[in-house]
Amino acid sequence: MAVTTTTDTVVADPAPAATRAGFRFLRGGKTRAGLLILAFFVVLAVAGPWLAPYDPDAMSDQLLRPPSAGHWLGTTQTGQDVLSQILVGTRGVLVVGFLAGVLATALSVLIGVSAGFLGGAADEVLSMLSNIFLVIPGLPLIIIIASFVEDTGDLLIAAVIALTSWAWGARVLRAQTLSLRRRDYVEAARATGESTWRIILFEVMPNLTAVIASGFVGTVIFAILSEITLAFIGVADISHWNWGTVLFWAQSNQALAQGAWWWFVPAGLCIALLGTALSLINFGIDEFVNPRLRTAPGASRTVRMRVGFTPVARTGGQDRPEPPAFTPVARTGAPTAPGEPGKEHQA
Amino acid sequence: MKYVLQRAVFYAATAWAAITINFLIPRLMPGDPVEALMSRYQGQLDTSAIASLKALFGLDENQSLWEQYTGYWCHLLDGDLGLSFTFFPTPVGEVISQSLPWTLALVGVTTLISFLLGTGIGVYSGWRRGSWLDGLLPVTTFISAIPYFWLGLIAIALFAVEWQIFPAAGGYDNSLVPAFDWPFVSSALYHGVLPGVTIVLSAVAGWILGMRNMMVTVSSEDYVTVAHAKGLSERRVMFSYAARNAVLPNISGFALSLGFIVGGTLLVEMVFSYPGIGYQLFQAVGAKDYPLMQGVFLIITLSVLAANLLADMAYALLDPRTRKEA
Repeated sequence: MAVTTTTDTVVADPAPAATRAGFRFLRGGKTRAGLLILAFFVVLAVAGPWLAPYDPDAMSDQLLRPPSAGHWLGTTQTGQDVLSQILVGTRGVLVVGFLAGVLATALSVLIGVSAGFLGGAADEVLSMLSNIFLVIPGLPLIIIIASFVEDTGDLLIAAVIALTSWAWGARVLRAQTLSLRRRDYVEAARATGESTWRIILFEVMPNLTAVIASGFVGTVIFAILSEITLAFIGVADISHWNWGTVLFWAQSNQALAQGAWWWFVPAGLCIALLGTALSLINFGIDEFVNPRLRTAPGASRTVRMRVGFTPVARTGGQDRPEPPAFTPVARTGAPTAPGEPGKEHQA
Repeated sequence: MKYVLQRAVFYAATAWAAITINFLIPRLMPGDPVEALMSRYQGQLDTSAIASLKALFGLDENQSLWEQYTGYWCHLLDGDLGLSFTFFPTPVGEVISQSLPWTLALVGVTTLISFLLGTGIGVYSGWRRGSWLDGLLPVTTFISAIPYFWLGLIAIALFAVEWQIFPAAGGYDNSLVPAFDWPFVSSALYHGVLPGVTIVLSAVAGWILGMRNMMVTVSSEDYVTVAHAKGLSERRVMFSYAARNAVLPNISGFALSLGFIVGGTLLVEMVFSYPGIGYQLFQAVGAKDYPLMQGVFLIITLSVLAANLLADMAYALLDPRTRKEA
């Protein structure tokens, strides 16, 4: 996706002064932690099969052993090495997650942006379509579709997940596009005779990058959870290792009743860790889009005020609908109450 | 009123779409699930079962797609969802109506609890931003990233196997006969604790996050400043001014997330062998019981749609703007 390449243009609109602001969201501690964990799993996904000390399918006579020096995460009922299974399975998890994320994001951009930009009957039809997909519960539908298919490979699972998870992104993108399409610079582009598709691609899309990115990360989280769930239920191909498959075998071999915690705890922790990493990245994007959410030190307390004390005038918030204003707040700088107010304005 | 009517029309259209999807899935899929089934249940299927199978999967090649579609609708309107294979001569409708109350009770109670709890915590942590409550965020993020079923596995390992406080599986004590008397109800409640807590634990994080973000956004609005300036008590400003406005998106989000909650509940039921609709689906998937699977999907979708309609009505009651716009 063209996420990184177009980021600079995004910020050029709201904050012209900040040239490198496109990467500002990388500065937050949360985002960095998220990216670090994600990078760790990407490395595992690439190198997992080489790092794995054993063949994940190979059985041995070490049955159901707790973690030891030989088997860091213990062994299964048939003597397979749990660590190797998880290492080898990482690739499947990430590949399906990201593939589904890319497919779903492409669908949501296509449908959401066209609906928002074209308007009229096209908008009606496309919004209806995305609203329908939004309220139909996704997981049962995925289970149904996946169980009807004979050959459930990674690509197919990713496609099914994408097909059921694009609607939320499409809805958000449509709303955002609606607010963009009447902006002056879009009108200007239209007046100079640029084609509709050029306007969408080069004027509107760059300003949607943050929304698209956050939707993408959200979909990846959902896709990973769905995929693991499918494997756990036994709908997906269980001969193909991923973390869900590990849990499937653990569950079907009564790992719980035998107290073999090392069999199912690591896989679940990996899922949770990966999901947390992606959520943290999404928080970073959210805070980048909505600066009010940033937890700046000192900004935590709202200004406490007593009657007769004029509060400090703030400059923000012009572009949101004003609530019924019978405000004692000194916006213009005229001091209305005794005390030492108004100095901040001159400063 | 017009708004409610509009929503009702929309949900009717969605229900139609869901039913049509349900009709099309087996027909669009490559391969022939029916043939496999027929050979597997050779001699066990009587003529009525075969007839309903034919209607369900479009086996009858003499019929056009349209005739199949109308036939499918006729069966549905008669309440005929076909016969289940796992519970062989039992109609799917009967299997579902036995398990539906369990799921409805579990989903209903846990959703309500997690919504109230999450919104409450979200209000506080959004209001007191920067306090120790912010430390809760990474924890809730972590918990919400855990799949429901894995949390269920851990809960069973700890509280049912290791310490044996709660039962590991089932919806009630097997020695009891389902009835509305105290031993049965108390046994059902006792069995529901562990699955319920699991669902609440994983669902609550989403509410906290959504509510916190809205509180943070709302608490810098002018009307909150005014309320402060008027000298109202902190508590009053927090609840009557900030939270009251911040809760609206959470309510509309509530409707949309119902689908996810139901999906999550299905998984918890699978793990706990809870006699609800999710466990039924799990068994149906294992046994390739297509009529039961489709019936379960249909019922789940329709219930989610109905709940969505209710949430939309609540929203219209709470937010005057929706009434005006409609």
